Amino acid sequence: MPANTHNGHTDLGIGLGLRVPHYRHILEKKPVCDWFEIISENFMVDGGRPLEVLDSILEQYRVVQHGVSMYFGNADPLNRDHLKKLKRLVKRTNTPWLSDHLCWGSVDGRCSHDLLPMPYTMSVAKHTAEKIRQARDFLEVPICVENVSSYAEFTQNEMTEWEFLNEVVEHADCGILLDVNNIYVSSQNHGFDPFEYLRAVPHHRVGQIHIAGHTRHDHVILDTHDHPVPDPVWDLYAEAIQNSGSTATLLEWDDKIPSFEDVHAEALKANRYLHEHTHA
Amino acid sequence: MSTHTPSQLRTNADLRQLQRTMAAALMKPLTRQDGMPASTQVDFITPNDRMSSFERLEIYARQYWFRLLDCLYDDYPALRVFLGERRFHQLCRDYLAQHPSTSWTLRNLGSALPEFITDLKARDVARVEWAQTLAFDEALKKPLRIDDLLGADPSTLHLGLQPCVVLIQIDHAVDHFITAMKKTDADVRGSASQAMSEAPTRTKVAQAPKLKREHVHLAVHRHDNQLYFKRLVPESFAMLAALRDGLTLADAIELALAQASPNADWPAQIRDWFTEFSQLGWFTQFPRKS
Repeated sequence: MPANTHNGHTDLGIGLGLRVPHYRHILEKKPVCDWFEIISENFMVDGGRPLEVLDSILEQYRVVQHGVSMYFGNADPLNRDHLKKLKRLVKRTNTPWLSDHLCWGSVDGRCSHDLLPMPYTMSVAKHTAEKIRQARDFLEVPICVENVSSYAEFTQNEMTEWEFLNEVVEHADCGILLDVNNIYVSSQNHGFDPFEYLRAVPHHRVGQIHIAGHTRHDHVILDTHDHPVPDPVWDLYAEAIQNSGSTATLLEWDDKIPSFEDVHAEALKANRYLHEHTHA
Repeated sequence: MSTHTPSQLRTNADLRQLQRTMAAALMKPLTRQDGMPASTQVDFITPNDRMSSFERLEIYARQYWFRLLDCLYDDYPALRVFLGERRFHQLCRDYLAQHPSTSWTLRNLGSALPEFITDLKARDVARVEWAQTLAFDEALKKPLRIDDLLGADPSTLHLGLQPCVVLIQIDHAVDHFITAMKKTDADVRGSASQAMSEAPTRTKVAQAPKLKREHVHLAVHRHDNQLYFKRLVPESFAMLAALRDGLTLADAIELALAQASPNADWPAQIRDWFTEFSQLGWFTQFPRKS
């Protein structure tokens, strides 16, 4: 759904990830771009250039926060220090919604700085949902959780990834940041039909979509975000927006980053899909 | 040695045990060939038709080590040049094995590296680079101007030092060493999203400049979002450190000049320091106790 409670009733179009190599171009050229997504943790600092750049961007553009270390799936409780700094940033950016990943990443205070896959069980889904609720209550902003790409599955799994996602978002009553590249990567690594995954997603909860590229190896596909979006991912994107409507969409390009114009042009390909596959 | 992982996850304790087992597997140092050690417990991961449990888990283990090593490579470029590629890489691996990250932000990953290093020269290089990390993104509070201080009573006046000004004493001319390297430090660190990390690029490092032995009182500071080194005389360094630590202005000056030469014109010197440090915006309100 284009605008819903999970994306703060906004109706944003195609966005780009705000990345360091593009700072100068954006600040000097002020290109037309619907919105920028920032990695929250890069700006959860007390001062310096990151915040100065952010403030300049905020004068011109809408910014949406995307996090990488909330770790809703940790057995450990939420990190209060992290949450306080995150809330301070939320007030600075006035982000209409905030996203982080459906994953775990640390235990006993030791942090992997990775987005590790969840074991798909009902008790874990309820535990994870409760933490999403806690975070939303504290941050006072809608939360969308992103499905991650994965390379391993647990022997303890009791359900599919999409069933787990559904249980979590229903119990948490939160939104979904639907990463169609991650669905594709995981489908190839684990041998499931990505379209079955898409059909099972509660479309009314999709507040944002991610598209990206990946790297194919002999036995595994890695989520590298260093290529243009490949055709199978565009196909999934078309299906996703057919189901969910004209949803705020962001292209992720995080490594071997080309010029701003090249990244922007790749992102704007999504417009064609929005026109052809939605009735927005 | 394998630990018990629950076959079913009924409680949060079960989840924690599974996560402990997986974290232990990922954080075990890689082999010399950057592989996961053969003894790693993998029985909680299902194999598929192309990859064994070991191979699937190994992707995450390599990702963990490459990402964290890459971070240290970013944060300690001068130390890398000083030590050379092989020694630096081994140091980072040893450090991470004993100091896994305990912070949600990678910015703090290398905080304990200087104290981990036993070689005094290398430690000084690391201390200055950690000071740069702090100066890069610590707060810049509203600066006090020299006019703000007029009429204040030095015996009761407390002045704060900007958090982005880091005072450090070293026994080697690391500032000259780093300047010679033409280090750039304007970028924001931050791997984004879920992008995979590759092993740090082991390109040939630059020829190390000479690191001379010299006792240096150094301020590492940020001005207009650029990092700078400023050498200080011992007396001004001591005064700034005392102010930072909460002494009144009168006590800070008394401490700073306790062993100073009686022949110098210290009142004029102190006026010059205050003029200069105020122009740099180094003074701020002393933080109130909460």
